[in-house]
Amino acid sequence: MNLPIYMDNASTTRTDPRVVEAMLPYFTETYGNSASRNHAFGWAAEKGVELAREQAASLIGAGPKEIVWTSGATESNNLAIKGAAQMYAKAPMGETGRGHIVTCIIEHKAVLDPCKRLEREGFDVTWLEPGADGVVTAEMVAGALREDTILVSIMWANNEIGTINDIPGIGAVCRERGVVFHTDATQWVGKMPTDVEKDNVDLMSWSGHKIYGPGGVGALYVRRRRPRVRLQAQIDGGGHERGMRSGTLNVPGIVGFGAACAICSEEMETERERLLALRLKLENELKSRMDVVEVNGHADRRLPHLTNISFGFVEGESLMMGIKDIACSSGSACTSASLEPSYVLKGLGLGDELAHSSLRLSLGRWSTEEEVDYAIDAIHKAVEHLRALSPLYDLHNEGIDITKIEWQTH
Amino acid sequence: MAYSEKVIDHYQNPRNVGAFGSSSEVKDRKDVGVGIVGAPECGDVMQLQIKVDDDGKIEDAKFKCFGCGSAIASSSLATEWIKGKSVDEALEIKNTRIVEELALPPVKIHCSVLAEDSIRTAIEDYKKKNGQVVDSAHGHDHSHAH
Ligand SMILES: Cc1ncc(COP(=O)(O)O)c(C=O)c1O
Ligand code: FES
Repeated sequence: MNLPIYMDNASTTRTDPRVVEAMLPYFTETYGNSASRNHAFGWAAEKGVELAREQAASLIGAGPKEIVWTSGATESNNLAIKGAAQMYAKAPMGETGRGHIVTCIIEHKAVLDPCKRLEREGFDVTWLEPGADGVVTAEMVAGALREDTILVSIMWANNEIGTINDIPGIGAVCRERGVVFHTDATQWVGKMPTDVEKDNVDLMSWSGHKIYGPGGVGALYVRRRRPRVRLQAQIDGGGHERGMRSGTLNVPGIVGFGAACAICSEEMETERERLLALRLKLENELKSRMDVVEVNGHADRRLPHLTNISFGFVEGESLMMGIKDIACSSGSACTSASLEPSYVLKGLGLGDELAHSSLRLSLGRWSTEEEVDYAIDAIHKAVEHLRALSPLYDLHNEGIDITKIEWQTH
Repeated sequence: MAYSEKVIDHYQNPRNVGAFGSSSEVKDRKDVGVGIVGAPECGDVMQLQIKVDDDGKIEDAKFKCFGCGSAIASSSLATEWIKGKSVDEALEIKNTRIVEELALPPVKIHCSVLAEDSIRTAIEDYKKKNGQVVDSAHGHDHSHAH
């Protein structure tokens, strides 16, 4: 086993060497511009891009013409949300009452910020609050829809806590009401079976670097039939990607994205079972060794490979310092540049203490049981070390409820 | 962010961890001053207890800290520095000296402020218990970002 151990796969993944292998010729041999229609270099590049489009489409049950290449999930989200809002707006720019959008407070910033911008630009936004389990249900969305709702954007799985929303159910509600439905599936696609037909999805974003592909390349699924969804382009230029996203394509990146999708299609089933067993071992072992250990978010509706655990009375950054051989992340304020705790954990409404004491561990294709065992021991040791230093753990052991104390806040 | 060696050393081998008793046990002890600053919802709580001898000298100090590594190091260092000092000398310790000693980056300055606050609060508690005047005008800038 090599140290340090990588347990931050929700942040980014190692590019699969098979993906790199597939990409390499497109840098130095097949380096044409896929838009060059009149020579062999262009044709060869185009062939690579179109194979990738088929591989991406096949992973999600879509047609190749429904895939738009982007620079990543951030861009896909921006194109889907702003592009749909502008296309289906009920009033022109500069006026209010341009239409209603439904999203959720624990979405990724790449959804929240485009929605906030649209709110400033005359759209109304409903910000759904999930319950303490972090799950957005079809009923919540149905309850928020209005006559003038034009777009719903709800992520498939949450990047911090790994909870899974009821996407097929939400999609069905939207379909019935004729509302365009976008899902940010960055943490979901490639890890879990996806079928845009059965799951009633109209627009879907995902990113190469989360599925063992390269960074800086993403895809947006745009439904073409039943119903056809139209978008206003956000990047104008040479009219690439059927006018939806101009710019010379990142051919090696796209080829890598396609190869990554193909590997996921092939290996997802065995991979998710293997990772689920490892994650359950990690969670159960930590919970059995220590008291006041909480897995955040819904108990069962969660991604196989990701866990978010709060270790009561221990601050997250100091915990990460104690397990410096394990690359992971925390929702603690001390780890963030803004010194604010995770808005996702805060959004569950369970109090900020939970966020400060949290650790997100996300397993991936190369995670081993040996690494998980190492992590369990290391985390156990670090939590014990820090609890021996924690004034809050003392209070807890004296039977005092720390939330009832009047603290001298700054 | 990389930590300085001194922060890592205090984190791994914190000095003077503990307390002279639980909060209820030391509440009425005149020789012990207690300072608890910060709040769990801000992600940092520092507890400093000082034991003062008849001559007003801090003979012993103990800390506990819930906070980042820099906060733990700041409070650990604070206990080392105040031991053997008179309470008035201890009040002279400024957070900037902690920042220098531990080479804390700008985002971690507030962790040192917390340590300075805990020293002052513990001494104020000791003075109050002993009927001494507490100089509350400490003119301190609470530039705490949490
Ligand atoms: C749910 C979710 N959406 C969007 C993104 C943004 O992806 P990218 O950085 O590839 O644009 C991420 C990655 O951090 C994510 O986890
Ligand atoms: S206690 Fe939060 S950054 Fe130090």
